[in-house]
Amino acid sequence: MCDSRRVTWEGCSVLLDINDGDRLVFARLSPAAKLKIGNKNCSLQPLIGRAFGTVFQVETAPEGPYLSPVQVNAYNGEEVRDGQVNVDLRDQVSDNNAEEVRDGQVNVESRDNRTLVDNNTAQSLTGEDIEAMRRQGARGNEIIEALIANSATFEKKTSFSQEKYRLKKQKKYAPKVLMRRPGSRSICEAYFKKYPSKIGFLRVDTLSLLLSMANVSSNSDVLVVDMVGGLITGAVAERLGGTGFVCNSYYGQTPYSMDIVRIFNLSDEICRRILRSPISDLLSQKELPEQIVQHDDVCNAKIQSNDQISASASVEEICHSSENGISELGAENTGPAVHKAPKAGEKAQKEMIDSWKENGFSSLIIATPELDTWTLVRDLLPLLANSAPFAIYHQYLQPLATCMHNLQLEKMAIGLQISEPWLREYQVLPSRTHPCMQMSASGGYILSGTKICTS
Amino acid sequence: MLVSDPAKKLSSNRSIGNGDLVIVYERHDNMKAVTVSEGSVLQNRFGVFKHSDWIGKPFGSKVFSNKGGFVYLLAPTPELWTLVLSHRTQILYIADISFVVMYLDIVPGCLVLESGTGSGSLTTSLARAVAPTGHVYTFDFHEQRAGSARDDFVRTGLSNLVTVGVRDIQGEGFPDEFTGLADAVFLDLPQPWLAIPSASKMLKQDGTLCSFSPCIEQVQRSSEVLQTSFTDIRTFEILLRTYEVREEKLESIQGNGSNASLPCKRRQCSDGGSVISSPISSVMARPCGEARGHTGYLTFARLKCLI
Repeated sequence: MCDSRRVTWEGCSVLLDINDGDRLVFARLSPAAKLKIGNKNCSLQPLIGRAFGTVFQVETAPEGPYLSPVQVNAYNGEEVRDGQVNVDLRDQVSDNNAEEVRDGQVNVESRDNRTLVDNNTAQSLTGEDIEAMRRQGARGNEIIEALIANSATFEKKTSFSQEKYRLKKQKKYAPKVLMRRPGSRSICEAYFKKYPSKIGFLRVDTLSLLLSMANVSSNSDVLVVDMVGGLITGAVAERLGGTGFVCNSYYGQTPYSMDIVRIFNLSDEICRRILRSPISDLLSQKELPEQIVQHDDVCNAKIQSNDQISASASVEEICHSSENGISELGAENTGPAVHKAPKAGEKAQKEMIDSWKENGFSSLIIATPELDTWTLVRDLLPLLANSAPFAIYHQYLQPLATCMHNLQLEKMAIGLQISEPWLREYQVLPSRTHPCMQMSASGGYILSGTKICTS
Repeated sequence: MLVSDPAKKLSSNRSIGNGDLVIVYERHDNMKAVTVSEGSVLQNRFGVFKHSDWIGKPFGSKVFSNKGGFVYLLAPTPELWTLVLSHRTQILYIADISFVVMYLDIVPGCLVLESGTGSGSLTTSLARAVAPTGHVYTFDFHEQRAGSARDDFVRTGLSNLVTVGVRDIQGEGFPDEFTGLADAVFLDLPQPWLAIPSASKMLKQDGTLCSFSPCIEQVQRSSEVLQTSFTDIRTFEILLRTYEVREEKLESIQGNGSNASLPCKRRQCSDGGSVISSPISSVMARPCGEARGHTGYLTFARLKCLI
């Protein structure tokens, strides 16, 4: 990312990561925008003009709660604020063995949980006690220390367990808000985690493969059929970087939703490169059989009736705040001070379409969960330049298998391959390294290949 | 390989010229990079192919040998290049490469530091991602390999986007001139933790880093060292499973009950009669038998924000 985009500005889009991914909120920064954390409503004003990657914490003040930037040292939980250092009670665990060094003494990790009984009696502070502390202006961290001090079982826990306990209390009493920069990676991950159906269950590694396999690069004209909310369109535009064009095409006369493109913080020049066109306009006159018309009706009917398709046709989608899902805040803000996001998705003009027909598109990406892959590819492949690569995403294997088979029979492409990416994350901690307990079972399938010259 | 001039983009009107790099496709698992040269020939099991026959033809064309065999001539892409380049070292393949480029948030205009260069497989994709206004500075401590990489980048037309330096990054760190200028750093070194402190100084605010290591012990050591200046430290492995597709006619045997050894598909209809299924032709997919089990672990991290 260029320098100018590493600091937020009024009207920019941000991804608010609350408590390490527990809650993800896309917001547009403006003086009026607010974020609800727990039962407190905080203004997002302090976030404007700050670097992406800044972490904020809720502070109490006479005027009300506000978000304040925090220097978090993830190494051992030390927090530095206003020059004061709160030294943590937690110990460093050396990576040779589970020895603990505390105040110069060496304790071999011999604690375990054999005597811990979970009967809800360990904590002696009550809810009222905590409220009283809060009213007296106690900071989140002070409450957490108090909880630890009043826990009968804390000392008996292993250091790992103590760490877990502390983190749990931190999430509740001192929630952290990390302001992330929206980009293809962060947007895809957020949606895949919280609202995957909206992006057709397209996982971030699968998206990255689509972009590579389709050779998306500057000065290319990429043809895209995007029924995953605009995620692919935005990702392609980002990689084009203000050069070339991405043509977001669709059957019938109603464009598919491209809401997600708005979240990207794309520059004006990049947005200008995102064009839309009905597929019928792209095909030359002789290729407009009645099949296309029928296809439109079938498609539109499917889109309206099938609630599994989350790609809504309306641009002003209103998402309501939910604890478990993705919310978009500030979108309804129309104050004069707010910088309006530049318009992406202008209709492609005739000269542009003629140029595409003359030269062919550099590559093709398709992500259409509910359309038949083969008919789409059969219609669109002729629009590609010779030797142009293509990448087709589908959640299901069968449509891609049929498509690949037909492409082989018709000799329209070579280098055909169906790939299924497998992604696994690891937890890497001293003496506790292993693959994560949870894993995504599927990120979908990709059919890729290269169009050959058929003349 | 990459288009710096909009007039030269991949187009149906563009044809193969003398001096162009083409990818000769014999089979999906048999490809070769060839620089077209008037007067030269390509010889393989299909026969002899004259380069002069290729000149003037569009990319993606099928071309024939003296014996009537054929190959396809494809336009080079970083993906195809990864499959045909000469391996001076173990290389990264498309799954890891794509994930790295996405996860490091590399877009046009970025400045990326890489060490080691190896055979330039990833470097080629990094160049694509930063083009046309960004740059990749890649370092390798092996002078000869650095030279071979430089030659490759000239051959693939990337020398405007990639600068190869000979330097021992583990021992000396990245050059001071890049301090605070890098959007992303990629490390593929035997002891990446030695290079991590230097990498942290090179990165811009909120910059990203990736370290690729085959062994989990390396990952553990790197992750620990990363904690000083980095956050969002995450380690992944990514693999691709491929599928093969075939059309099969699934015959069902017409039995009369006496042929006990062969099962017979009969369905009971509501009127009490039974129906024998007719042969169905279906396209079926199944995973390919061979798969890569491991390439390396990818550890990503983001520079901590200092307020």
